[in-house]
Amino acid sequence: MRIVVDLSRCQGYAQCAFLAPDAFRMHGEEALMYDPSPDDAQREQVLRAAAACPLQAIVVDRLEGRDAAVEVSP
Amino acid sequence: MSSATTLKGFKRDGRIVIVGASLAGLRAAEALRDEGFTGSLTMIGDELGEPYDRPPLSKQVLTGWVPAEGTTLPRRRDIDAEWLLGVPADHLDLATNHVRLADGRRIPFDRMLISTGVRARPWFVEAEAALDGVFVVRTREDADGLRRAMAAGPSRVLVIGAGFTGSEIASICRERGIPVTVAELAPAPLVGGLGAMIGEVAADMQRAHGVDLRCGVKVTRLEGDAQGRFRRAHFSDGSTVDADVAVVALGGIRNTEWLRDSGLAVGVWGVACDSGCRAFDVNGLVTDDIFVAGDVARCPNPIYEYRFISLEHWANAVEQAEIAAHNMVSTQADRWPHLSIPTFWSIQFGVNIKSVGVPTYADEVVVTQGSVPDHRFVAAYGYQGRVTAAVSFNNAKWLDHYRQLIETAAPFPPSCPTPDQPADAKPVPVDFPGPTLLAQGATVVVTGHDPGERRVTAMRQHR
Amino acid sequence: MTTTETPDILPRILDYSSRADPYPLYAELRRTPVALQENGSYVISTYRELTGVLHDPRLSSDVRNLSRPMPGAADRAAPAFINLDPPEHDRLRRMAMRHFGPPHTPGLVAGMEGELTAVVSGLIDDFADRERIDIVDDFAYPFPVTVICHLLGVPREDESRFHVWVNHIIDAINYNPSTDPQEKLTNGMQATQDLRQYLGGLLDQRHGRPGDDLLTRLANDDGPEGRMTDDEIVSTANLLLIAGHETTVNLITNGMLTLLRHPEVLQRLRTEPDLVVPLVEELLRYEPPVHIIPWRAAYSDITVADTVIPQGSQIMLMLASGSRDPARFDDPDRFDPDRQDNQHLGFGSGIHLCFGGPLARLETQIALNALARRLNRPSLIADPPPYRPSPVLRGPIHLHIEQS
Repeated sequence: MRIVVDLSRCQGYAQCAFLAPDAFRMHGEEALMYDPSPDDAQREQVLRAAAACPLQAIVVDRLEGRDAAVEVSP
Repeated sequence: MSSATTLKGFKRDGRIVIVGASLAGLRAAEALRDEGFTGSLTMIGDELGEPYDRPPLSKQVLTGWVPAEGTTLPRRRDIDAEWLLGVPADHLDLATNHVRLADGRRIPFDRMLISTGVRARPWFVEAEAALDGVFVVRTREDADGLRRAMAAGPSRVLVIGAGFTGSEIASICRERGIPVTVAELAPAPLVGGLGAMIGEVAADMQRAHGVDLRCGVKVTRLEGDAQGRFRRAHFSDGSTVDADVAVVALGGIRNTEWLRDSGLAVGVWGVACDSGCRAFDVNGLVTDDIFVAGDVARCPNPIYEYRFISLEHWANAVEQAEIAAHNMVSTQADRWPHLSIPTFWSIQFGVNIKSVGVPTYADEVVVTQGSVPDHRFVAAYGYQGRVTAAVSFNNAKWLDHYRQLIETAAPFPPSCPTPDQPADAKPVPVDFPGPTLLAQGATVVVTGHDPGERRVTAMRQHR
Repeated sequence: MTTTETPDILPRILDYSSRADPYPLYAELRRTPVALQENGSYVISTYRELTGVLHDPRLSSDVRNLSRPMPGAADRAAPAFINLDPPEHDRLRRMAMRHFGPPHTPGLVAGMEGELTAVVSGLIDDFADRERIDIVDDFAYPFPVTVICHLLGVPREDESRFHVWVNHIIDAINYNPSTDPQEKLTNGMQATQDLRQYLGGLLDQRHGRPGDDLLTRLANDDGPEGRMTDDEIVSTANLLLIAGHETTVNLITNGMLTLLRHPEVLQRLRTEPDLVVPLVEELLRYEPPVHIIPWRAAYSDITVADTVIPQGSQIMLMLASGSRDPARFDDPDRFDPDRQDNQHLGFGSGIHLCFGGPLARLETQIALNALARRLNRPSLIADPPPYRPSPVLRGPIHLHIEQS
């Protein structure tokens, strides 16, 4: 799955790092590092983490399953 | 396209081309569909593959945790676009509303968004830049190359430039136990963005983590061996450093060359536009059909005396993209101004550095909360007696308050004490290396929360 | 001017008769976002103003910054971090967090999922075949109590002792000298002392002994910032023991009550267990366990919505009202588990954001999913149910249901 965190909104509450510790890790007290393409096995945990974000800063792919069509030229 | 009926037709089956298929371009495309645009949408990008996120490239990717190809951006919705990737746009013809690609194809449009962003500034000597072991970090290929070089266990990494990216890379080196030298022309790291006081803190942090930090020096030459491998760097003070890897982190160049003869207002700071993201032409007249968003946009900000500001900030790209998209499919009366307070973050040496406002737009700075020696504090920036920015080190939960102070043009220094304000806190000159700011002009306050309701009101001066 | 005297709305909210449905009164209160009370305190009830002050460094959590002392404040022992400001708050919270969450102990809560599920299953097994169930006594109380006792290292069998103390302490949280009997305060203070003494006794046995529970780990901490004093450990354990179950009882009970009032959502939950994740967020907005932060202090003059709150003033924060503010949430009085934009105030905001929030979320998600799955056509016996006295930590005292 694909995710992105708007770290300009993130205030370092670490709720995501509690609930999905394999995908979200605190680097020091407040800085968040995350895996933008966590394994599908972590899906349930990642969705819990995204819902728990007090800033709603975690964006999860809504097109999952469907391949976003990207046509490469030429 | 002024009348409402024409606009309705345009929203139904008009043609929009987005040049620049990265964060700003993708978010603009999604916002256009959210706004009900059902016409044709074409995404043009010079890199192959789907839009990806860049901040992890100088962090998670270099630690080896996340593969470089793993930062593809999530989709918030289907955008039903035609993607023309791998070939850059090389000309814009405003007379006929066509974009020309480097392979000669001409793509017609009714309205266009420019979101071509920034590329890394390369090392200034081409032959030296071509040495094995010399890197920039902007694309995922760049990051993957540097990651592999770091994984190979280099004897030392040289980082040229101690801005945010350079400092983040130095931090990763130390995290991975790699010896690192950082060379910076300014007196301290981050000085150009955050001023001398924070620069000193950043320098302490680097040295405490074992970085060989050399400030006030210029790298004059990168030397290779017979196999064309980078081996040694020469400095302006006559010293040298032996290293296997050099990372050139000297900022970016805005991708505007393709617009040189377009008749738009283009310069080294990007494409000038109004606060609604409509591009200006060379005469300073606003265009109707060309919009700009992201790192390449240069936009006047009423909070900062209507000065044109270019920002290489993630959130700015997202917010401008959404404003541009809205305005592309709205009548004059419904247009939104881009008025968000800029926000920025950097993660280095275990510290979360965040800012709100424009710290370079300041003459004084004061620590308002926390402890500088512990690297846990907030500093407020002021210009001519009002708060214009704030920076936090591991204290981000307070920054919303400072955003409010900026929006309401609150007096500087902030007059009210807080429980953990350092006893000796006094404003000091912010001391940027660049030219000092001009005299005081308009002061405004910003009201409203949602993009559609944000407006500016002029107010009287504090002094 | 947004401040006006609103002489009777707050007393009506605090009055027990409003406990079942304080929301219409919150709506009245929000007409005055910052309301000056007769006793000189200020009540803030609108979302923007609440989030503004929760991130305002001039809002103090330390009673010593109130110009009019809190009743009984002088006799209080070392305050826990919830009642302190930076830098002390930050230091103590960081030291406690070392043993509970990221960055030092990141996997603890997520790793409890199996244990939580087992406790829930065991409790439901005990009443699954009964027709009448009290969701509070049979389930929503014993579940988080078992969990926090285990986590903290407090013997579960002592529950009957500390249960009484905790009730007295919670009753005294919103003690009002002009309306409440003095006994409410003295009982609360005595209970605090008793609970501290009890926890201190447990702590004495933990020094120098190995163990994974929080009390033992705090007693033997060798972290970079040293060890908390015994007084600080007792205050921290005291806070975590009370907050660790009292709030979750209400969240789970309010959750079941809300589901029984929205049978279509309960039905959906049976077939879509993932729905529980956004559903618990919506519960935290719609029926939160903590309604009010009863006091904060203005460290210096604070201007909120054009009202200057003078230094030393007492400020009451109506979190549950903020989460129902129509200026922030569309259709705020509708329970909508699919709500997209849901930055609720259920756990507060800013540096005091609920310490145990991640555990409370997980407990409630597991609890509601299990109840939805295993109860057979449950229905309420009385609506509204009887409520506990507190307007601060609000929830039913019993929730009797029937199933077939």
